[in-house]
Amino acid sequence: MGLLYGLIAVGLALIFGLMDVTNFAHGEFLMIAMYLSFFLFAFFAIDPLLSAPLVAAALFVFGAVIYLLIVRFAMRAKANAGMVQIFTTFGLAIVMRGLAQFFFTPDYRSIPQSWLGGKTVSIAGIFLPEPQLFGALVSILAFAGLYFFIHRTDFGRALEATREDPGAVALVGIDKNRVFAFGWGLGAALVGLAGAIMASFFYIYPDVGASFALIAYVTVALGGFGSVFGAFAGGIIVGLVEATTALVLPPSLKSVGIYAVYLLVVFIRPRGLFGSI
Amino acid sequence: MDKEFAARRRRDLIIAAVLAAIAAATPLFVKDVVVQNILILTLMYAGLSQSWNILSGYCGQISLGHALYFGLGAYTTELLFTKFGVLPWFGMLAGGVVSALIAMGLGYPFFRLRGHYFVIATIVIAEIGLLLFHNWEWAGAAMGITIPIRGDSWLKFQFLRTKLPYFYFALVLCCLAWFVTWWLENSKWGFWWRAVKDNPDAAESLGVDVFNSKMGAAAVSAFLVAVGGSFYAQFVSYIDPESVMGFQFSLLMALPAVLGGIGTLWGPVLGAAILIPLTELTRFKFGGSGRGVDLIVYGTLIVLISLALPRGLLSLFSRPKKTGAAR
Repeated sequence: MGLLYGLIAVGLALIFGLMDVTNFAHGEFLMIAMYLSFFLFAFFAIDPLLSAPLVAAALFVFGAVIYLLIVRFAMRAKANAGMVQIFTTFGLAIVMRGLAQFFFTPDYRSIPQSWLGGKTVSIAGIFLPEPQLFGALVSILAFAGLYFFIHRTDFGRALEATREDPGAVALVGIDKNRVFAFGWGLGAALVGLAGAIMASFFYIYPDVGASFALIAYVTVALGGFGSVFGAFAGGIIVGLVEATTALVLPPSLKSVGIYAVYLLVVFIRPRGLFGSI
Repeated sequence: MDKEFAARRRRDLIIAAVLAAIAAATPLFVKDVVVQNILILTLMYAGLSQSWNILSGYCGQISLGHALYFGLGAYTTELLFTKFGVLPWFGMLAGGVVSALIAMGLGYPFFRLRGHYFVIATIVIAEIGLLLFHNWEWAGAAMGITIPIRGDSWLKFQFLRTKLPYFYFALVLCCLAWFVTWWLENSKWGFWWRAVKDNPDAAESLGVDVFNSKMGAAAVSAFLVAVGGSFYAQFVSYIDPESVMGFQFSLLMALPAVLGGIGTLWGPVLGAAILIPLTELTRFKFGGSGRGVDLIVYGTLIVLISLALPRGLLSLFSRPKKTGAAR
């Protein structure tokens, strides 16, 4: 489960952590991705596993468009930029939830049969549900990919440079909007991947994103803003803490453990575990 | 300059008195219960947002966890009332004091954090509070508390046949929050807060007690919000964790101030006067379908206003020449 949180958080780590843009609509991106893979399954009988790349591609376009249409302007604000970003993306989240309710109705949906759903695998006597296992695998790959991308490619460097000083990168010929639109697309595509995998074993409803979004923020902040590896470590810690809390406290309190650990970590290290900003 | 400032403050006070008088007279003309309801909520959110503004606007410590204090106010009042028979008026004070103390207790570790780390910590602590109340059997857990109906009485602050007492209390609350802000704006604290907001390091080096000024702002802010929470509990006469401590309250307190003009005296009032009727009307007009049209309209408005007026609606009134210096 921790690696799944990691997978949801990895997209946010890129948008929120690396580009330093507050995105309160991250959970709604996840919700859209889950619906998308649900409908691909319902109408074309495409298994969520196969549709994952499609969903990711669609979310890439969606994320980039959202950036170009809305977020770009929110970042231009000279006064209280932080609040403007918070409330613009929050408004966006409400609209997306409303649209989902309007078109998809508030009913709970699920994908009854998929290649992974409901099956378990036994490794050394421990039974693990397949979807989670697969999610964990994808999550590790996604983190490795993003890490490589940020630290080893020109684009990754351009992205970090743009966050540091948009004015200076403009001087050396980097188009800020292109870099950030691509970053947003990539962040959305990653959460699209998470959504497609989760669609095969989670209920899908318009508010589903909200419950995961806060944990994703905590994961990113726990690991520290600006660090891909931090978000990965954050995801694992969150998963472990949740599992341990569920053992000692009633299940409805399992998130309390996660939150408490976040508070504890930032009190000791005010910039998260591996944060650089 | 000083004379101009004093004149502005006197003018603000007069405008506030006139507005309060007009507001106090409205129930004479407005008899419709639905409209009265909207007015009460507007006044309540204006007061809440004004209180939020003290910590987040003036002192610059953006909190998205004020629902915690709202809920604590509501729960303290109602637990004292239903379990020990303590009158809501005392419960209200108790709730305020409890919240202020908790705010200061939390402030001790929290105020070391900056930026996103602080904001997320405030969200998280409110969420912890929500989950704990959800699982606290003695406090009604997820079922919440239904306030026993004992008929109209000022003593128990409970009215079934009329909404007017609630209206006047909300008005008093709103005026109180405004007046506290007005008074603090010109005090040592007010100047310290603005210095802390603009540049904490520079403020510290000039002898401003950064830590204690944040603590002061947090305590005042939490106290007033908790009183608002007590009022709300009496007003709706039923509370459960979700309905008084949910994340949406934290946002609903922040929104009017942000839309009106964060860190300004009039921003929260203006923001609430526009936003809350708008919220209620969209819910009233489109909400019945259950298909989320109200959410779409409401969300779109928030996006548009925050994009179009990053400084808030108040910036429309200020002369362009002064926007740079006067804030």
